[in-house]
Amino acid sequence: MSTTEVLISELVEKHGRTRNSLMPILQGIVQQEKFLSEDAMVSVARELNISAADVFGTASFYTFLDTVPRGKNVIRVCKTISCHMKNKDEIIRALENALKIKVGETTHDKEYTLLTANCLGWCHKGPVMLINDEVYPELTPESALKIVNEHMHSK
Amino acid sequence: MTMETKKLKKVDIIFENIPGLSYSILEKTIKRNPDDIILDLIDSGLKGRGGAGFPTGLKWKFTKNEDNPVKYVICNADEGEPGTFKDREIIERVPDKILTGIAICGYVIGAKEGYIYLRGEYNFLLKNLVKRVEEFNAFLKKIHLDFKVMIRSGSGAYVCGEESALFESMEGYRGEPRNKPPYPTVAGYNWKPTVINNVETLVFATMICHMGPEKFKKLGTTDSRGSKVFSVSGDTPIPGIYELELGMPLHRFVEEFGDGDTKAVQIGGASGFCVTRKKFNDTIIGFEGIPTGGSMMIFNSSRSMYNILHDYLEFFCEESCGQCTPCRIGCQQLLKGIEAVKRGERPPSYLEELKKLTATMKIASKCGLGQSVGNPFNSIVDNFREEIIY
Repeated sequence: MSTTEVLISELVEKHGRTRNSLMPILQGIVQQEKFLSEDAMVSVARELNISAADVFGTASFYTFLDTVPRGKNVIRVCKTISCHMKNKDEIIRALENALKIKVGETTHDKEYTLLTANCLGWCHKGPVMLINDEVYPELTPESALKIVNEHMHSK
Repeated sequence: MTMETKKLKKVDIIFENIPGLSYSILEKTIKRNPDDIILDLIDSGLKGRGGAGFPTGLKWKFTKNEDNPVKYVICNADEGEPGTFKDREIIERVPDKILTGIAICGYVIGAKEGYIYLRGEYNFLLKNLVKRVEEFNAFLKKIHLDFKVMIRSGSGAYVCGEESALFESMEGYRGEPRNKPPYPTVAGYNWKPTVINNVETLVFATMICHMGPEKFKKLGTTDSRGSKVFSVSGDTPIPGIYELELGMPLHRFVEEFGDGDTKAVQIGGASGFCVTRKKFNDTIIGFEGIPTGGSMMIFNSSRSMYNILHDYLEFFCEESCGQCTPCRIGCQQLLKGIEAVKRGERPPSYLEELKKLTATMKIASKCGLGQSVGNPFNSIVDNFREEIIY
């Protein structure tokens, strides 16, 4: 069994085989692998006895259930109104320059993917970004770079 | 008729944190008759704090009256409305008060399971919340209440804050809203009778059980009882989270939170209404005026209202679930439309056509998302027509 299949069987064991456990299972895969590969979706479909199209249909609805390859770490910069008013564009530009990628792309070493997100719920402390599940509010271009730098060297 | 108006008054019901208080409220409350608890909630005048404002006591009553062995309580923590961030803070600071509200509701309606649907953007709250839920479930066992709370996560879809889309998501489907009726009180999660309440509403339910409806009723106005947690952002020197008495006029709010140069306030988030300076004096914040889930975005005169409307429409284009045509195509046409007017490719009168489109969307869209896009669109276009055109 591939590592993905092992992971899926563990998740199915934990959450059950009903349709209601589909979201927690898909979230568990994304947590580990950062995206849902075709193989992963096909195995989930087999485990839950639903069609692969059903799994893909559900997954592709949700922004955080990526169905295209992502880096080991996903950065999401909030782009909605309050963060826009507080210059989220500068944060994005600084990160694009530092990581040498555009929004939507992944670094060559597959370590970081840079994305934008709709309102992250920190409008009083924008601009804000998530690195994986961790939140970083009140950014400046300098602090954003420092945070990403420290993140790179914390492993 | 003169409207009943209130001064701006800060209140501390939601965040007041006395250790052990929630557990003692729960122990005390579950000794009472469920019908009496419902009567207290109805008497208090508490209306849902997520934005729609349905009377909480009635929602509980309708669900209790359903004859079904399986019922659910769901705490809607899918806070996604731009400009709203109060639920995050409530979950972070007073989770026990939320859990207590969920358990009291379960006791009242006869449910055995409660869920918190937490948006994926707030996953960092999970570590602490899971711990508190485990402790809480252990306490429920100790006091022999046959009820259990579980957590489910969202995955980044604004529309899942719509209650029926939230059920679909929990059931493992695309977050596409259902037709109503049936309402959740009859057929909600797993098509069973379900009470779904906003985070803040559940905390107020807990606190009304604690302090009694009279004390709660003293706050606010006839149509808008009690207080409300507001999320204040935008051009303000003091952005943040404030619990204020309902029913205050907007000008008092602007005096307190504005930067002296406020030209407009967006009440109720991207799907809410834009109010301009000349209407500050006669706009009441509450169900008799402009209701809000708590989002108050302040704009000063340096802001382009075209850019703001453009941002809102981009947001709706991305977050429309795409299921029904009026919303899916409507949002895109509104966005393209204002861009075309701005570029001069369409005459200013085209804005009237677009307003007609929002009227169609209001009638024909399946859920609140498509129905309410006209709120920001019309209130911004009507009040700031020049900024949209030139």
